Amino acid sequence: MLDSDAQTDRIAEILDAHLGLEGPLLPILHAIQHAFGYVPDSAIPQIAAALTISKAEVHGVISFYHDFRDKPAGRHVIKICRAEACQAAFGNSVADRAKQKLGIDWHETTPDGAVTLEPVFCLGLCACGPAAMIDGKLVGMLTPKSVEKLIDEVVK
Amino acid sequence: MRIWLPLDSFAQAMGGEEVAAAIVVEAKARGVQLQLTRNGSRGMAWLEPLAEIEVGGVRHGFGPMTLADVSGLFGDLAAHPKALGPVEELDWMKGQTRLTFARVGVIDPLSLEEYRAHGGLVGLDRAKAMTKAQIVAEVTDSGLRGRGGAGFPTGIKWKTVSEAAGEQKYIVCNADEGDSATFADRMLMEGDPFTLIEGMAIAGLACGATKGYVYIRSEYPVAIRVMNDAVLVAREAGVLGPQFDMEIRVGAGAYVCGEETALLNSLEGKRGVVRAKPPLPALQGFMGRPTVVNNVISLASVPVIMAKGAAHYKDFGLGRSRGTIPLQIAGNVKFGGLYECAFGLTLGEIVDKIAGGCFTGRPVKAVQVGGPLGAYFPRALFDTPFGYEEFAAKDGLIGHAGLTLFDDSTDMLAMARFAMEFCAIESCGKCTPCRIGSTRGVETLDRLARGDASAMPILTDLCNTMKLGSLCALGGFTPYPVMSAITHFPDDFARSKEAAE
Ligand SMILES: Cc1cc2nc3c(=O)[nH]c(=O)nc-3n(C[C@H](O)[C@H](O)[C@H](O)COP(=O)(O)O)c2cc1C
Ligand code: FES
Repeated sequence: MLDSDAQTDRIAEILDAHLGLEGPLLPILHAIQHAFGYVPDSAIPQIAAALTISKAEVHGVISFYHDFRDKPAGRHVIKICRAEACQAAFGNSVADRAKQKLGIDWHETTPDGAVTLEPVFCLGLCACGPAAMIDGKLVGMLTPKSVEKLIDEVVK
Repeated sequence: MRIWLPLDSFAQAMGGEEVAAAIVVEAKARGVQLQLTRNGSRGMAWLEPLAEIEVGGVRHGFGPMTLADVSGLFGDLAAHPKALGPVEELDWMKGQTRLTFARVGVIDPLSLEEYRAHGGLVGLDRAKAMTKAQIVAEVTDSGLRGRGGAGFPTGIKWKTVSEAAGEQKYIVCNADEGDSATFADRMLMEGDPFTLIEGMAIAGLACGATKGYVYIRSEYPVAIRVMNDAVLVAREAGVLGPQFDMEIRVGAGAYVCGEETALLNSLEGKRGVVRAKPPLPALQGFMGRPTVVNNVISLASVPVIMAKGAAHYKDFGLGRSRGTIPLQIAGNVKFGGLYECAFGLTLGEIVDKIAGGCFTGRPVKAVQVGGPLGAYFPRALFDTPFGYEEFAAKDGLIGHAGLTLFDDSTDMLAMARFAMEFCAIESCGKCTPCRIGSTRGVETLDRLARGDASAMPILTDLCNTMKLGSLCALGGFTPYPVMSAITHFPDDFARSKEAAE
């Protein structure tokens, strides 16, 4: 974790790099989340000032989109597809097993901070579902057994 | 020795990166000079990762590849356990008419040289010699309609923007592809990004727009990477430049941002809420300026139309659905993937002949056509030909041409409930019928599940209100999956109280 001066500097750099764009807010938020793993609350006034919009507006945008977090995720993020084509391929049983194994529900993080479990609505892998994305890596044709194994590999 | 192995997400999800790495290691160990090309996918998801090697000038396929199959690629190919023979001779490939996807899976996605060698940039060159009005007329004559779902004639949209007054106009490509069962946009961007770039450049010429944006959903990391790389290559080569340039933007996980006005808000850095129409985006779109918003496949179909002429494209199809459509076959399916063909196959031909039914080997109970806002079709409607009007006549829609197969173990009440739940999760919140109606819908379906039949008229009423009163098709079309499930599968909704308890 960066100290607050370093954080302010890093965000200033990101703002600088994006201010020339038309509609720079989403690229800025992505870059901040990429740098810190989440969008810290303390970044909001800084962004608002740079874009000359209100803090409420920045907050409103961050909270609208499922992707942006206001606190850090677990060390690993598992996103399992909940959409129809994966359901047709028995994705619900995969999701249920993952929840059971991790002892958490959607949007939760294991108490040791190892894994955050999130739903995703389609990864474009619908012809080889059930699908998931584990720390950015795509996986298809999951079964309850294989998802358990993948979780073991991730947390070990 | 040259080996093709897809970088496509299908291949990656099925272990393609590990296979690619193993191929490199094996070649090195054997002292073989290897050229490994990371191509797009041919669309046969069940064969991914699909390796290809040229034998006597013809590309042969090997798949689905596992690590154990790698060394065999360097031995007697005819004896390889995963040998499939010439790829283009496979039934799945032979039956298709690949116009928009002609190069996907064939070329190196980032080689402009190969792109050109396979007919790329012919359309743009031709457009450069034409007037704006001529380009618009060519696209209009082709009969091309928006592939994003609404089916609006592309040429007519372009005409509005072309004739609109404005210093700065924009071409915005909708690559949000949020519908379950759809991956054509993704496959095209991963496998042949220059086709989209060329289509947008032609749109720019036709409309007098000098700037383009591609709004890609964040769930597509591979497509984002390939598109960004392709833009750099195209700029370097002068395909993009001061006359027309573009940027890749990334969404942030909101389904509603696929709706064109929500997308424009998102692109401007706002909450992705839907705007009331009018004004049309064509007149007041991005930054309030004249803007074309088109789906990836609409734009990517333009180069072949310009290269081969409107008549060539228009010759394919059925009724008012002209040209080809990339069917995306998904769910509980034996042979799933992308299949481009002329409009007009019946649903039954697609499900039984092309897709081979369900992978479970059980009967197909329902097919959802057109994504989460599309209707569920029972076997009794399998004679419906694939076309915009034909599906509308059966209270359905083709949407972005995704088809999800479900076997007979499916509980249609649960699927109807999911449709409402999805709408509630993804509603932008601007209009009440969508925001509140969907939550009420979930509750009402839960009552039905508990055997409370008195909830049925309430649900029907609610669907009507959502249909008529929603600002966009998220709330407006969620009744399609719900009502079609009720209409075609009434048994799943007639639960006795005892059974529910
Ligand atoms: C909730 C909702 C989601 C949509 N998602 C997409 C999408 O992901 N991709 C797309 O091209 N069109 C989507 N559309 C349709 C667009 O609003 C618009 O019709 C389309 O981008 C126009 O391009 P086209 O004429 O080339 O189809 C969606 C519409 C709604 C109501
Ligand atoms: S529905 Fe799960 S990947 Fe598309």
